[in-house]
Amino acid sequence: MPDARTSAFPNVETSILGADEIIINMGPQHPSTHGVLRVKLKLDGERVTGSECIIGYLHRGVEKIAEHRTYQQFAPYVDRMDYVAAVSNGLGYCEAVEKLLNVEAPLRARVIRTILTELQRIASHLLWLGTHALDIGALTPLFYCFREREEILKILEKYCGARLTTHAFRIGGLQYEAYDTLEHDVERFCKDFASKIEEYGTLLTENRIWLGRTKGIGVLSAKDAIDMGASGPVLRASGVKWDIRKAAPYAAYDQYKFEIPVGKNGDTYDRYVVRMEEMRQSRLICLQAIENIPTGPIMAKVGKVLKPPPGEVYHAIEAPKGELGYYLVSDGTVQPYRVRIRPPSFVNLQAFDKMVRGHMVADVVAIIGTLDIVLGEVDR
Amino acid sequence: MHGFIEFFRPHVLPLIYALVIVAVLPLLAGYIVLVERKVMADMQARLGPMRVGPHGLLQPIADALKLLIKEDIIPEMADQWIFWIAPLISVTAAMLSMAALAFGPAFQVARDINVGILFVVGVSALGIFGIVLGGWASNSHYSLLGALRSAAQLVSYETAAGMALVSGLLLARTLSIRGIVEMQHAQGVWFVFLTPIAFFIYLVASIAETNRAPFDLPEAESELVAGYMTEFSGFRWSLYFLAEYANMVVVASVATTLFLGGWLRPFPNVAWLWPLDHVPALLMLLIAGYCFIRIPKQPVRIQQQFIAVVGLLCLLVAAVLAAPLFVGPARPFMAAIHGGFWFMAKVFFYIYIFMWLRFTLPRYRFDQLMKLGWHFLIPVSVVNVMGLGLALALHWEKQWGLAPALSLTTAATLAVALWLLWAQRERDRSDMEAQEERRSQGSTVHAR
Repeated sequence: MPDARTSAFPNVETSILGADEIIINMGPQHPSTHGVLRVKLKLDGERVTGSECIIGYLHRGVEKIAEHRTYQQFAPYVDRMDYVAAVSNGLGYCEAVEKLLNVEAPLRARVIRTILTELQRIASHLLWLGTHALDIGALTPLFYCFREREEILKILEKYCGARLTTHAFRIGGLQYEAYDTLEHDVERFCKDFASKIEEYGTLLTENRIWLGRTKGIGVLSAKDAIDMGASGPVLRASGVKWDIRKAAPYAAYDQYKFEIPVGKNGDTYDRYVVRMEEMRQSRLICLQAIENIPTGPIMAKVGKVLKPPPGEVYHAIEAPKGELGYYLVSDGTVQPYRVRIRPPSFVNLQAFDKMVRGHMVADVVAIIGTLDIVLGEVDR
Repeated sequence: MHGFIEFFRPHVLPLIYALVIVAVLPLLAGYIVLVERKVMADMQARLGPMRVGPHGLLQPIADALKLLIKEDIIPEMADQWIFWIAPLISVTAAMLSMAALAFGPAFQVARDINVGILFVVGVSALGIFGIVLGGWASNSHYSLLGALRSAAQLVSYETAAGMALVSGLLLARTLSIRGIVEMQHAQGVWFVFLTPIAFFIYLVASIAETNRAPFDLPEAESELVAGYMTEFSGFRWSLYFLAEYANMVVVASVATTLFLGGWLRPFPNVAWLWPLDHVPALLMLLIAGYCFIRIPKQPVRIQQQFIAVVGLLCLLVAAVLAAPLFVGPARPFMAAIHGGFWFMAKVFFYIYIFMWLRFTLPRYRFDQLMKLGWHFLIPVSVVNVMGLGLALALHWEKQWGLAPALSLTTAATLAVALWLLWAQRERDRSDMEAQEERRSQGSTVHAR
């Protein structure tokens, strides 16, 4: 019988392996790699001594596709990158093209965009919470989280007819006027959500096993996080107060008061606390926004055929997972010359190897969960 | 020919009992799975299985059929023979250990062995061979890790569980299953009230032994896909599954026998609590009534008929349970009939605790599990046995009252447990601080 230990990975140098080290392959079909991430782990017993992420199983060439579509035609494609936060993707893209065209969406459109994007942030974080808890072995929070997420998806569905890949925004503003009971729906959701999120806290926040599984796991120091370009909750949990909503406000964020939660130790528990607090803050932003939705047009004056002047632009937003940036190059035609997307998941995933070294197999799934990656976005 | 029949005559009844166990246990396991899914659904704000039969009552049968006709895959690189035989070892051990259990004063599978508890614990521990061999034979890293975890876990927790059992046995002064229950009847108190710490330790250890959450590391689906069962499929897989649920029944039965008074009704010696005797029949009547109420709500004719039949069956059981109370000739069978009910009720209560914990708690990590076992449960269980021995010595030799002696030693054991927890916390804190220090010095701790 050939030695499965060496033959399964012909391109890994096996001669340097100690007798006790084995290499196991996690994914691309594994229950907790959140899609099609493949991780090669070098194990000493159950301790991880090295790792390698292999990505690309969901590569669809989104950036290349963009070069053969008009600016409007490409908008639905970005929904399919981070498919659990499609609204945020759309917002980033639309604003980037608006910047290129040098137009600004009307205030009413920007406020509605803010509301929907913050709802989407809550939905994305809820999905993260459920799956992260499931990875660590708590089965029940998943269903509670999906129950709340469903309410948000219903609001999105009422607004634009789609639940997941919404294509909610258009370049220059919105296509659809807010439906009549939007404020009412959002308000009711926010009222209910306040007590619900505390309920999840009672299941996890003080739980001894949860603390044991998350405290001190996957520590990322502030310096490392900045060096690796981490962003979003991963960066903030390491103690860096950096949020694009505050640093370079877009949409209508400059009008609302909210806090940026930061962690201290940069471990999995801090990332958990930071994301939980972000959900509370998003709820507050929604409540502020629905109080006063200005009247007026919802679409800026943009032509039917978009021909941005030649030039290039970078626009980043604070997506639920971190800094989502679009770098657009226009050559003056109806199609972009080049689109480069900076997905937060992809950049955050870099920190994976540093975080898992020295931990155990069980922690690997906790760390994949805490990075909150979506493979559609990593691979594009 | 005559001699042949004569030779087998004494073995006929045990053989029939054994056949009943082999036939009934899978069904029981299947329905425990259904109950578990329903309990899980209830805790998770959903309905659970509702399609196959009314309220999913036929789901276990559909699942079993599906598993039977599924393709049975043996990996090419697997060790064929061991792969073939490993699940059988697990399931045989689980079923064999049922043999010594007594489900009521009148129903015991084999016979009352004088080392009954020892037999049950010993044989059920053999099931680990099936898991380790299966994990090894699969020739997959996930399976191997799962099997290793399982072996380590069983060894660690069997010690604590054994010590907890010793506490109970000290009180019972016998290893015979029947003797233990009769002793509790004679003393008029369940042993769980005499030595609650031992019961608690056994509860935790038995969850770990049966590989249930939060100690389900050998088959942690989010880490090891399915642990030792990863490469198994179809019926071979379902044998492992069956063994796991049969083991749950076994540990629950042991706990019921030793700590919860076996087939005795609550407060067996208190005469004025006689209304408790009516509880079983009333409970079944309630279930029957619920079935009848649900009849008009069923969408399909056949489902209406089915749920009516279930209701009638419950009525029948209620009648059987009520008969000894009201019908003179049935009175002698009272203990037998009600004993079975109370035993199963306690077993299901114990299993319900398993389910409850499973859906509430996250999973331990392997090193944390080992720490909990070796640093906490085993020392506490040893101290508990010594304390209990001391209390019994005081009771027998120095004529102390049993209650003061036991409360004294229980308090002492609790103090030791608290001290252990405190020491653990201190150790964790110093570990964390050391880690922090290394990090702040800027050295990469885990450089390649």
